[in-house]
Amino acid sequence: MRSFYDCIVVGGGPGGAWAAKHASEGGASVLLLEKDREIGIPVRCAEAVGAAGLQAVVDPQPAWISNKIKGAVLVSPDGREVVVSGERDQGYMLDRKIFDYALVEIAAGAGVDVLTKAYVSDVIKPNGRVQGVRLQHMGQTSEVGCSVVIGADGVESRVGRWAGLRTSIKMKDMESCVQKTLSNIELDPDYVYFYFGKDIAPGGYVWVFPKNDRLANVGLGISGEFSRYKSAQKYLQDFIDKRFPHASVLYTVVGGVPCAPTLKKIVADGLMLVGDAAHQVNPMSGGGINTAMLAGQIAGRVAATAIAQQDVSEKKLRQYAAEWHKAQGKAHERFHKIKKAVYKLSDGDLNKTADAVLSLPPEERSLANIFKTALVKHPSLIFDVIRVFVH
Amino acid sequence: MINAIDDRCDFCGACVAVCPVDCIELRESRIAILDHCIDCMLCVWICPVEALAGADKNLESECEASMIAS
Repeated sequence: MRSFYDCIVVGGGPGGAWAAKHASEGGASVLLLEKDREIGIPVRCAEAVGAAGLQAVVDPQPAWISNKIKGAVLVSPDGREVVVSGERDQGYMLDRKIFDYALVEIAAGAGVDVLTKAYVSDVIKPNGRVQGVRLQHMGQTSEVGCSVVIGADGVESRVGRWAGLRTSIKMKDMESCVQKTLSNIELDPDYVYFYFGKDIAPGGYVWVFPKNDRLANVGLGISGEFSRYKSAQKYLQDFIDKRFPHASVLYTVVGGVPCAPTLKKIVADGLMLVGDAAHQVNPMSGGGINTAMLAGQIAGRVAATAIAQQDVSEKKLRQYAAEWHKAQGKAHERFHKIKKAVYKLSDGDLNKTADAVLSLPPEERSLANIFKTALVKHPSLIFDVIRVFVH
Repeated sequence: MINAIDDRCDFCGACVAVCPVDCIELRESRIAILDHCIDCMLCVWICPVEALAGADKNLESECEASMIAS
């Protein structure tokens, strides 16, 4: 490890790995820092991704994929099941341990230096410009200088705060999540299941994502607006007791997912934020892998160009924010507004919507049609949607 | 005033993300509440596994928290 790099990436998840890879390929010297002892561990993820979104940023390898998903089953509060399916491979169940390792291996192959068990305790910013990080590793504290810091340090991001950005998340936009990997259950491995309802997961949903026909990630998120009254853990236990009473639990993991608009400012002098740290998670689904990798790709490329041109000012780095908003920004804001509208529906509204959708012939049950049907049933939603599409 | 129950904590960072005053420090399997905590309770409320406990909430901090949250 050197005492200066062109670019330091904080966080070794998919967003950080992809930022590091693309900065290195753009000609920058890059150091990737991970606070945990091993890349990819612990897996804090439900592991499902959209196939098209992933293919847009990387060529998916068979070893990364534990199961291929054909469609989704949306379950209303009173148990009506709406099946939405398409061609084969709508989505993948990733094996995140293997996937995250592979992405960092690819980055390392592109010339990135990697250090694990490396805790960043502050950014160095003489004169207000970020010029490096303070690093704690194996009982030693040191400073490593750089031209650009890319903060890919997850939902708990502090890199942005230290650089002066406002990154804390509003309670209502934060999903409090728990997941258990259940064995000894029976399900159709071709489908992912989503359960909705105020009693099941207020301001969120339950997911059942199969890894095979006997094993699945079963978890839920509830909005921070409700989590003070009953914890996510208790909601999940209630669901599992009812649905999968004979399951054995092989893994339990918890986490917070920011289902928020993208941060207003994701760059500062010498600093860029990527992925969960920048609130780039799809606010409707809570999925953040594809968007983090896309953002990382853009950020890495923009960083390398800025470094080569010896101008890492906020103004120059804004190119990253502009490209992110051009690629995903509008869709992201729209998803956030739709999320807010959908969570306003009562359980009765959701049941009626499911009923109406089930009256459609199966071949017409695309997501777009489900949405249209929901609109006909709930005219008040139309105003929300008009707001969504006019903006 | 806020205490972390190490045996329950999964070190996920949800509390760090909602903290309005950046007073929670999280490492691989260590969590610390720093002295400038304002007892706003947001971390206690967001924790998925009830691993944070605060003293009895007083009206003032609830009021402040709801302002921060809105």
